[in-house]
Amino acid sequence: MKTFKIGGVHPEAQKLSNEISVETFPLPKQATIFVTQSLGAPAVPVVAKGDKVKVGQLLAKAEAFICANVHSPFSGTVNKIEPVADFTGYKKPAIIIDVEGDEWDESIDTSEEIVSEIKLSRKEIIDRMKACGIVGLGGACFPTHVKYMLPEGKSADYILVNAAECEPYITTDYRMMLEQTEQCLVGIEALLIASGAPKALIGIENNKPEAIRHLQEATKTHPKIEVVPLKTKYPQGAEKQLIQALTGRTVPNGRLPIDAGCIVNNIATTHAVYEAVQKNKPLIETYTTVTGKHLANRKNYKIRLGTPLKEVLDAVGIPENTGKIISGGPMMGKAMANTNTFFVKGMSSILFLDASESKRIPESNCLRCGKCIQACPMGLEPYLFRMLAVHNRLDDLEAHGIMNCIECGCCQSGCPAHIPLLDTVKTGKSKTGAMIKSRQVKKS
Amino acid sequence: MSENLLQVSGAPHVHNGESTKRIMWSVVIALLPAFMVSVFYFGLPVILITAVSVASCILFEYLIQKFILKTKPTIDDGSAVITGLLLAFNVPSNLNLLLVVLGAFVAIGIAKMAFGGLGNNLFNPALVARVFLLISFPVQMTTWPKATPIWNFGFADIVTGPTPLGILKEGVKNGDAVSQLMGSEAMPDYLQMLVGQMGGSFGEISAVAILIGAIFLLFRKVITWHIPVAFLLSAFVFSGIFWLVDPTHYATPWFHLLTGGMMLGACFMATDMVTSPMSARGMLVFGCGCGILTIIIRLFGAYPEGVSFSILIMNAFVPLINKGFKPQPYSKI
Amino acid sequence: MAGNTIILAVVILGVIGLVAAILLFFISKAFKVEENPLIDDVAAQLPGANCGGCGFAGCRGLAEAIVKAGNLEGLRCPAGGNSTMENIAKIMGLEAVAAEPMVAVVRCNGSCENAPAKVNYDSMPSCFFANSLYAGESACPYGCLGCGDCVGSCQFNALHIDPVTKLPVVDVNACVGCGACVKNCPRHIIELRFKGTEGRVYVTCMNKEKGPVAKKNCSAACIGCGKCAKNCPAEAITVQDSLAYIDFRKCTLCQTCVSGCPTGAIKFSNL
Repeated sequence: MKTFKIGGVHPEAQKLSNEISVETFPLPKQATIFVTQSLGAPAVPVVAKGDKVKVGQLLAKAEAFICANVHSPFSGTVNKIEPVADFTGYKKPAIIIDVEGDEWDESIDTSEEIVSEIKLSRKEIIDRMKACGIVGLGGACFPTHVKYMLPEGKSADYILVNAAECEPYITTDYRMMLEQTEQCLVGIEALLIASGAPKALIGIENNKPEAIRHLQEATKTHPKIEVVPLKTKYPQGAEKQLIQALTGRTVPNGRLPIDAGCIVNNIATTHAVYEAVQKNKPLIETYTTVTGKHLANRKNYKIRLGTPLKEVLDAVGIPENTGKIISGGPMMGKAMANTNTFFVKGMSSILFLDASESKRIPESNCLRCGKCIQACPMGLEPYLFRMLAVHNRLDDLEAHGIMNCIECGCCQSGCPAHIPLLDTVKTGKSKTGAMIKSRQVKKS
Repeated sequence: MSENLLQVSGAPHVHNGESTKRIMWSVVIALLPAFMVSVFYFGLPVILITAVSVASCILFEYLIQKFILKTKPTIDDGSAVITGLLLAFNVPSNLNLLLVVLGAFVAIGIAKMAFGGLGNNLFNPALVARVFLLISFPVQMTTWPKATPIWNFGFADIVTGPTPLGILKEGVKNGDAVSQLMGSEAMPDYLQMLVGQMGGSFGEISAVAILIGAIFLLFRKVITWHIPVAFLLSAFVFSGIFWLVDPTHYATPWFHLLTGGMMLGACFMATDMVTSPMSARGMLVFGCGCGILTIIIRLFGAYPEGVSFSILIMNAFVPLINKGFKPQPYSKI
Repeated sequence: MAGNTIILAVVILGVIGLVAAILLFFISKAFKVEENPLIDDVAAQLPGANCGGCGFAGCRGLAEAIVKAGNLEGLRCPAGGNSTMENIAKIMGLEAVAAEPMVAVVRCNGSCENAPAKVNYDSMPSCFFANSLYAGESACPYGCLGCGDCVGSCQFNALHIDPVTKLPVVDVNACVGCGACVKNCPRHIIELRFKGTEGRVYVTCMNKEKGPVAKKNCSAACIGCGKCAKNCPAEAITVQDSLAYIDFRKCTLCQTCVSGCPTGAIKFSNL
């Protein structure tokens, strides 16, 4: 069975909410929509205080190249436009809407019917993705249309669909594959047209046999799409690892997947693409797993963006003894510093860890056991990065390839000395990145 | 800080439960089969020496951390226990206990703590102590009691005899053919070598018991296969070349694998995490270096036994190996 | 026999030594780097702490720059101060310009008592990393994170974290005003001010949020009420973005503002 070649770890899967169907979360009274919902620059608000908005109406327009449009997930009145703190405690510009109802913009097809036939041309699909503010829902929130604006002379051989869902706990992709199978496949067809690639591969880890069987059945009517079962290993869903697992190709250091002839999209993104291309529906919802070992009331929710997190927490009830609330999975997710936050694109999981799981064990001396090296899927030396980062030796960090780190956390999750390797590596990486940037500025 | 505050930390938020303690105590468990075989063949002195060695290693570590380095003692991590066990395993079972204590001091005080404690030592502490004792007290360190099953054991007369490698070295020096020596009365047969009925440092005698421990460590993912396999294979091949060229002067490669500290060295001493290279490629180079050096010392050196020296020599090359043999990268370009 | 061996050993060692010495002599000749001897003289005057306060990678970097430039314009060792600069000026045959010695002040008073923790930070003790993660234990996005990056950057042991307040404290006598901590603080709460002889008056807050928001996280926050600016006889205080700033070039140390501040966000220090 296929998988990526070097490194990787096997965290406990903990797919506790596997069998729970997706529920639609009720509309809130007031919502806060951050205008930065993607990687890159913030979008610029195009509404003003007091404006009436409908569901799907443009709220903020992407002006920069790497940026995504933001649409209203509700109908109502714009209450305020001001910076609001997210779960980090830092303020970000946001649009606050008093929700008055669920009246959709007329251009959107709100019927349940599945539309299989794709009428749009290649360029129209890309423009539609841009207009509807589609971003990669695997976690990085990179604007999807940018991936399909291929550089001169480059062509795609494969569309790779990441359905590995290698992060523990999260189950939204799994539910998506079972419940929205055909929609995802039509979305992939649209992406095939948008890229001009002849073939699409869906990579699913073999700990989800149900999804593999289900999709293999469904792809019989889609000859260009193939389901590839993968050996379960984290971080299979990381772009570079998925490319290696599915095609055997590698992306040269510092380059993009298209340099290996691949474009990688998450399965949830393909669903969003379907809705955009076939229904003209912008990205205004996120599928979110609410889970945790000690949470009794686990859920898979379909939630409108901008819904306050508090409402979800009230609905499931914060379990006693909660030590940490994480946005995202336990390997790469972010611990929340406060719960006064709002749902954004790509917020795929709310994970509760109890107090005993949350507290880190104090670090002890490095044993030089090399487990971090064995675990690193990029073939790097985290122990060395740590030593160099502590002494601020940025030139050496660069020479040893710290910029190739994908921050997957494999090194730290298996360190017997409990050294916060990824903390130090991230610090060293961002300092090194700043140094490289300032050097480039100096040159030009 | 109050208990009920939310924790904020960087990712990852889960850990696989591996810990220094778990690794160290796994090694201790893995050493038990060899220990039991030693008790079987050498009797009570084995228990006595092991107890003294382990106790004094722990004591020195505790005293140095508490009173000299003034840090929180970390004796519960089990690393001192391993050093103590390995030191004991590397001495003859009739060694003076005072020498054992001295060895423990050299191992912990000089080879480990002077370099900065666990994780910072360049050389394997138990081997440094063993070589120190071997050079300083050559007579005591090379007087080997004969391996006698426990039911034949008499307290009154401890019979001493040479190790197989000693017989070989001495015999070849006197001009005897290897085949002649193999048939001599003092030389154990291969089956005896395999289970451990032969003279030697008491932890190294039984290849079978050591392999059981090594398989346990492999299973617990404490060690990887690279170093033991590279060590044994390179020693086998290298000694095999000499044997093929001139079987009257050189012993068979399997003789070399089964005798002396080869098994203990390859499975437990060379695989010490702290003093071995980090990458898989580095480990292979390190293991090959150890294997070849051991055979060179055994065949051409003054000592009949070369494992300790070869590992210590290769320990010195570890920083260089770490520099020269990087892990396989995801992409070469 | 024994005597011969000894003589042989001595001869061999002697020859090896001689050969090595000759080799070394020629190699050092061949690879000699021509360098202005002035650089060594200037470098000898510098403190040798390599603090980077001058803007160069180390003391030698500054020495090379001074010798290369031939003047002292913009080149100064803040750590060594006026006496060092005079010595260097003498070597270079130049006139030293005396400058007011500086000292670091910490512009945050978000102690554990004033700004209680709302969450518990459980990661690498690095302000740089904590700053990239979240707003801080007190939830003030402008305040001190208390991990001690400044302490680690100080080459002169002039900073330590107070165990009670968890804020950095400057030892005025040890601080040479090199500015290493200023550069290393991700929140930019450390500032250099005139050392003077009588003390310094400064606002111990960097929070630019509106009064009530700032006050919510920290009882000692500057709420931007402007009372200090109104009452300042020297007109040294300006309020911008709900935050007061005292210009130390104008301040006369009258301390009117210190007693008048409603939240106690202005501090006089003469340690």
